[in-house]
Amino acid sequence: MGKIFKHPESLRNISTHYCAGCGHGIAHRLIAEVIDELGIRERVIGVTPVGCAVIAYDYWDFDCTEAAHGRALAVATAIKRVSPENIVFTYQGDGDLAAIGTGETLHTANRGENLTVIFINNAVYGMTGGQMAPTTLLGQKTATTPKGRQAKLEGYPLKISEILAQLPAVKYIERRSLHAPQEVLKTKKAIRQAFQNQMDNLGFSLVEILSPCPTYWGMSPKKALDWIQDVMVKEFPLGRIK
Amino acid sequence: MLKKVLMSGNEALACGAIQAGCHFYAGYPITPQNELTAYMARRMPEVGGIFIQAESELAAINMVFGAAAAGKMAITSSSSPGISLKQEGISYIAGCELPAVIVNVMRGGPGLGNISPAQSDYFQATRGGGHGDYHSIVLAPSCVQEAYDLMFLGFALADKYRNPVIILADGMLGQMMEPLQLSDKNNLKTENRKLKTKEWALTGCKNRKPNIIRSLYLAEGALEKLNLVLQKKYKTIQQKEPRYEDLFLDDAKIILVAYGTMARIAKSMVKRLRNKGKKIGFIRPITLWPFPDKIFQRITINHKRLTLLVIEMSYGQMLEDVKLAVEGKAKVEFLGRAGGGIPTEEEIINKIDRLVC
Repeated sequence: MGKIFKHPESLRNISTHYCAGCGHGIAHRLIAEVIDELGIRERVIGVTPVGCAVIAYDYWDFDCTEAAHGRALAVATAIKRVSPENIVFTYQGDGDLAAIGTGETLHTANRGENLTVIFINNAVYGMTGGQMAPTTLLGQKTATTPKGRQAKLEGYPLKISEILAQLPAVKYIERRSLHAPQEVLKTKKAIRQAFQNQMDNLGFSLVEILSPCPTYWGMSPKKALDWIQDVMVKEFPLGRIK
Repeated sequence: MLKKVLMSGNEALACGAIQAGCHFYAGYPITPQNELTAYMARRMPEVGGIFIQAESELAAINMVFGAAAAGKMAITSSSSPGISLKQEGISYIAGCELPAVIVNVMRGGPGLGNISPAQSDYFQATRGGGHGDYHSIVLAPSCVQEAYDLMFLGFALADKYRNPVIILADGMLGQMMEPLQLSDKNNLKTENRKLKTKEWALTGCKNRKPNIIRSLYLAEGALEKLNLVLQKKYKTIQQKEPRYEDLFLDDAKIILVAYGTMARIAKSMVKRLRNKGKKIGFIRPITLWPFPDKIFQRITINHKRLTLLVIEMSYGQMLEDVKLAVEGKAKVEFLGRAGGGIPTEEEIINKIDRLVC
């Protein structure tokens, strides 16, 4: 009988620096499993963000580069254009992709670059100490919205995935979540689709993943998962967007 | 018979880059360097390279970062305000030790300034420009031919030292048309063959351990170790790569020091004044970093009561490097204008006359 569960080859067998209950570890593993299953480890190139996942290249076991904050998709665009045989993906948080890097995100999508984007939405800046993110919910308390985010001052949670879905060159956008085992499986399926699209030369594919940040939500890990299910998915509905 | 063509400086820079083996261009429109971008848009696809009009200068320099990380020879171009925007990216390129060439066709500043030629970005180019202890290699062409020729050197140095190289031109050189002798020594194919295998590049980890391109070093002592590696490299570059042109130094009492377009005016004046019997000489730094200190040290040992007249299209930037190089052993005078005006022959002669008196 064959082995049906093992440590992914694309993931180094070491502990991560992430907080208890953080979603990054799960997302890293899903990506590693998908890369193994698609047999692309030897041609994949990852572009890691500035943010909590800045040293994701220490956890994955394939070629990676850092990128300046917000510029991952500019870096990825060039890598893919000069080396179309490689499978290039970015892994970006909400601040990276939807605040400082909005220009790169919009224009890379609009050019229809044949890339895979894994977008971690945890509604907060984690690395820098829990400041308001573009995706922070109304009323959500952060280090820079101590009384909660107010629409009249800080605007509304930015639904970048819905915005990108309007662009004709965008192939695939799906929003998934990590708040329960069955949701994790659906997330993996979406990640797989986004990589498969690139292998089939179909164009820009993005998976938004709602991911818990118990530390800066001020919640226990279990409560953070419940908060995604009860509150966050109402603002960011799950499913295929394009 | 090699072809001689009439070309603008901007086009010559682009033409030289492609012939030097450049495979990737990303840029964003800004005057007075747009002919370079347009040339790349036309020619890059013809030679099998990649051209991207980026959505911003930030995107353009980070695209260059990406192409370089993938092991390809890459270039971007802009003019002063756009170059300011690229500084973060250049710092990352230096920190990650990637080879790349950046062209700055300087215009008037500060702020939006104007589109007239200037040399006011000398400090920014030679002092790093972005954050952190790093240096770009800075080459300053003074004519269309040299704009073309220095591209070969620029890519060779970028590749050899895995370091950003800045070609510091100005709006006058960019716009001016001159005859250009094309070279047959280098072309895309032969250059590519000559390039070292880039075993550090991102190509996919087939039959090797994964490669990581990074400038982030969080572990105790790790960043200092990287910085020492960089400093050692900079020292080597300072020893091996300074370049300059000189004229009539042996008996000169006054030496004009200028670079780029300004050096052309200075050089023709020096020749004319020599014909009239004035003991005047000329130094033109070609590498602004590394600055050619040694020639300045040598002339101050050999000559007593020497006066150096630094002429710039700025309010005195290279002037500081000249002063550092002569270490107080010669009198250093300055003449400069920026923001639209260029020091005229008359102004220079008046200044020289005052020095002589």
